[in-house]
Amino acid sequence: MNRFMRLATPRYGGMLGLAAIIAVLPAFLPNSFYFDVVILVGLNAIVCIGLNLLVGYAGQISLGHAGFFGLGAYASAILTGNYGWPPVLALLAGAAGTGLLAFAVARPIMKLRGHYLAMGTLGLGIIISIVLTQEVDLTGGPDGMPVSGFSVLGWEPSGVLVWYWIVGGLLLLTVWLALNIVESPVGRALRAVHGSEAAAQTMGVDVVHYKVLVFVVSAVLASIAGSVFVHYIGFVTPSEAGFVHSIELITMVVLGGLASIYGAVVGAAILTTLPQLLTALHDYEMLGFGAIMMGVMIFMPKGLVPTVARLIRDRVR
Amino acid sequence: MIRDIFSRAAVCLLSALAVLILAAGGARAAEPIKIGSFLAVTGGASFLGDPEKKTLEMYVARVNANGGVIGRQIELVLYDSGTDAKKAASFVKRLINDDKVDIILGGTTTGETMAVVPLVEKAGIPFISFAGAGVIVQPVKKWVFKTPHTDGLAVQKIYEDIQAQGLSKVALFAGSGGFDKSCRANAHTLAGKYKIEIVADETHGKGDTDMTPQLTKIKNTGGVEAFLYCGFGADSVVAAKNYRQLGLTLPHYQSHGSASKRFVTGSGGAAEGIRLPAAALLVAGQLPDSHPQKTLALQFEADYRAKFNEPISTFGGHAYDGLMIAIGAIERAGSTDPEAVRAEIEKTANYIGVDGIYTMSPEDHLGLDTNSFVMVEIRNGDWQLLK
Amino acid sequence: MFTEFLQFLLSGVTVGATYALVGVGFSIIYNASQVINFAQGEFVMLGGMMAWFLFERAGLPMPAAVPLAIAGTVLVGLALEKFAIEPARNASIVTLIIITIGASIFLRGGAQLVWGRDFHALPALSGDAPIDLSGVAVNPQSLWVMGCTVVVVILLHWFFSRTMTGRAMRAVAFNMLAAQLAGVNNRLILMFSFGLSAALGALAGVLIAPITLTYPDVGIMLGLKGFCAAILGGLGYPYGAIVGGLIVGISEAMTAGYVSSAYKDAVAFVIILMTLFFMPNGLFGRRGIERV
Repeated sequence: MNRFMRLATPRYGGMLGLAAIIAVLPAFLPNSFYFDVVILVGLNAIVCIGLNLLVGYAGQISLGHAGFFGLGAYASAILTGNYGWPPVLALLAGAAGTGLLAFAVARPIMKLRGHYLAMGTLGLGIIISIVLTQEVDLTGGPDGMPVSGFSVLGWEPSGVLVWYWIVGGLLLLTVWLALNIVESPVGRALRAVHGSEAAAQTMGVDVVHYKVLVFVVSAVLASIAGSVFVHYIGFVTPSEAGFVHSIELITMVVLGGLASIYGAVVGAAILTTLPQLLTALHDYEMLGFGAIMMGVMIFMPKGLVPTVARLIRDRVR
Repeated sequence: MIRDIFSRAAVCLLSALAVLILAAGGARAAEPIKIGSFLAVTGGASFLGDPEKKTLEMYVARVNANGGVIGRQIELVLYDSGTDAKKAASFVKRLINDDKVDIILGGTTTGETMAVVPLVEKAGIPFISFAGAGVIVQPVKKWVFKTPHTDGLAVQKIYEDIQAQGLSKVALFAGSGGFDKSCRANAHTLAGKYKIEIVADETHGKGDTDMTPQLTKIKNTGGVEAFLYCGFGADSVVAAKNYRQLGLTLPHYQSHGSASKRFVTGSGGAAEGIRLPAAALLVAGQLPDSHPQKTLALQFEADYRAKFNEPISTFGGHAYDGLMIAIGAIERAGSTDPEAVRAEIEKTANYIGVDGIYTMSPEDHLGLDTNSFVMVEIRNGDWQLLK
Repeated sequence: MFTEFLQFLLSGVTVGATYALVGVGFSIIYNASQVINFAQGEFVMLGGMMAWFLFERAGLPMPAAVPLAIAGTVLVGLALEKFAIEPARNASIVTLIIITIGASIFLRGGAQLVWGRDFHALPALSGDAPIDLSGVAVNPQSLWVMGCTVVVVILLHWFFSRTMTGRAMRAVAFNMLAAQLAGVNNRLILMFSFGLSAALGALAGVLIAPITLTYPDVGIMLGLKGFCAAILGGLGYPYGAIVGGLIVGISEAMTAGYVSSAYKDAVAFVIILMTLFFMPNGLFGRRGIERV
């Protein structure tokens, strides 16, 4: 299959569609506030795509992914702010450090099953956020710390439009990476794991190896998104690594649809914009948010994108 | 096939979203003066943000009923940040870029305030924060002001009182929130100036249900003469209760973070005898008639009680002062031109507010000193002004 | 020195007992449905808030306010099961987790709306005056917490071993299909387990409200710690949750007392991670079969 043909396949077709949306969306965004929301959607989507590889494709639960996001965020904040590192180097160092930590804990953690795994990842995330909160001298404590702007060899992105293209590009890159992982032999093995671990093992698939790999990949993606996020926002607090943020991330994944890369994007888009839309409800905001979360999951337990896709497919038949 | 449908579904959803976003951003008339605000109405600091919100809404309505400011009505655009710095930053971008407000009031906690400081500085919009820590205005930032007393002022006031009693050995106990830590740091740095020695230094986590282990350690530290707690909210109640439970009887000081009736009723009898620095508002009725803040404080208390039927806290006062300083500056400037309003806020002089008498300057964007505090003691479940 | 230790221990046992009560709730629901109910902490909040409201605002005497608050929370628990869990019975573990988290946000939002966002104090059941036991200051409310926990453990033991419903619940936990074939009504058991968990949570809420105050967010951390207790003891093993709760509570108090209060919360989670690394099914859990 040549390169051109490959672009025409459905796998990359979705990516083309996403690229088209990213390309035309700026024309419809009236002011920089909307750009801001869309940029946050993009960053959340990057984390969620990684998390969905873990949850949706490898069938593992993580209630602590914000911990990795926070590690990347603080690595960038501390290395650029306190030690004067160039932002790109800090980002890479953060990603490498987070990856190493994920690798170190992955084996014992990935041995856990079901709710024990949920507890293990939750505990890991909470420990990270406690350390970030308590090491005041390094992290500024619960009030957080300011972060300098991003720069590459003297060039500094300024204005939301530039950030928009950066995050848009990163998102496409992440989708491409995820598609390749999903469709690779590793990916097939992953789906086998989700189906039945015992069967996969019998087939000679090194289950633990793949789980560890995906765990590390998803942690590194979260770390990179965290780094970009703090440079964009210009400030970081420990709540980025907290339990609530972890829950937000996993909710985006499940809401959008497990084992669906575009589902992760849609989930991120909805849960990032929803609080902005719900401000109209004032005092009823939390009530509404909780009700929507429950409602969607009860009536579409497989998430939005797979459910809608099934509806469309049934209609086409 | 399936993936094709996935991608089509994604396209549909994203374009639907784009339409939704467009629909939400309709044009608005630029006639009224737009005051933007973001407060921690929910979340950990809601007991601060809630009275701030109520105060702002009540007084904006009142000002509008009286004909508004410079002939224009005030439109209040208020978002709930949920005590989350990230949300605060996002809402402030919305206030600046989408709502195009003329001035921003709010930021209940130090974390939220500091997260938005770079944004308002860059946008060049006057911003008056309702958060406690000194870092907000030290060093001075061009567009950033604040109304509440800083923790540093509170610690100074407390140390003055401890010194006046001839005591010097202090046991320090602090929570782990931003305010708590800042207060604790100030307690350490200011100790030398008042010849005070910190002989014990303990902390607790946010939302801890039992603090007797830390307090037991303090109890067993030799030579402690006074006890200082840095924190606020439910935590400070637990600290007071546990302190009483362990039978500790040393002079007990808390910060102005505990200056609310909720603290007194929440602690039951355990709050008896605790001393704290507070705004004059808290003891308005006991102030001598010559006190310049007395009339205003009594009026504010009566208004708040009549409207919301709940006891006054000093937190609503931060919002009142912020709003009135902003309105005063807009009136003097005669327009909402950001630079003119900013300059007028900086020139605020002898403004008699609920929290104290403000005199700002290019070097001081708070404008209060320790005289804006009075020391009170909790007696028989109420505040008693100490002379 | 020794009294200091005893004081820490007392603190740990009191806090641990509340974690234990919450943890048992997790275990009971898990046994009946394999669901981890992240709204368990909100039952604690509802119990405390309702008791405060009925006592302080509605003016009911304490002996009426407490049972009514527990009954009210049980109704909420049953409604949660009926309208949120049952329609999604066949969903995956993560989906069910998200549903219960949605429920917890919904309940917190509702509580804020009804009772406000401020914290409230429920008076202690038998006064605030500390009892001095040879140097150890005991809060009378701590005795209530510990006493009630002991009574609950005894009652649960009786319930699970002697009553028909209790044995049916154990049968469902052991093998759902077999229990169903033997004529156990699974749906009824599920309803019952949510009611029972809500009751235990509410009881914990009423008991600790005088010590910790009660406010809409009070259940978040207690729920998490209760989950820790349940996991540490081994999911689906209610007595394990009691032991787990006490271990978490005591280690927190000892860390705060002897090491550093800053890392007190972290220590509980480190203990759990370490335990799970070496005993992936908790201290007492049997090797479970994962629901795929």
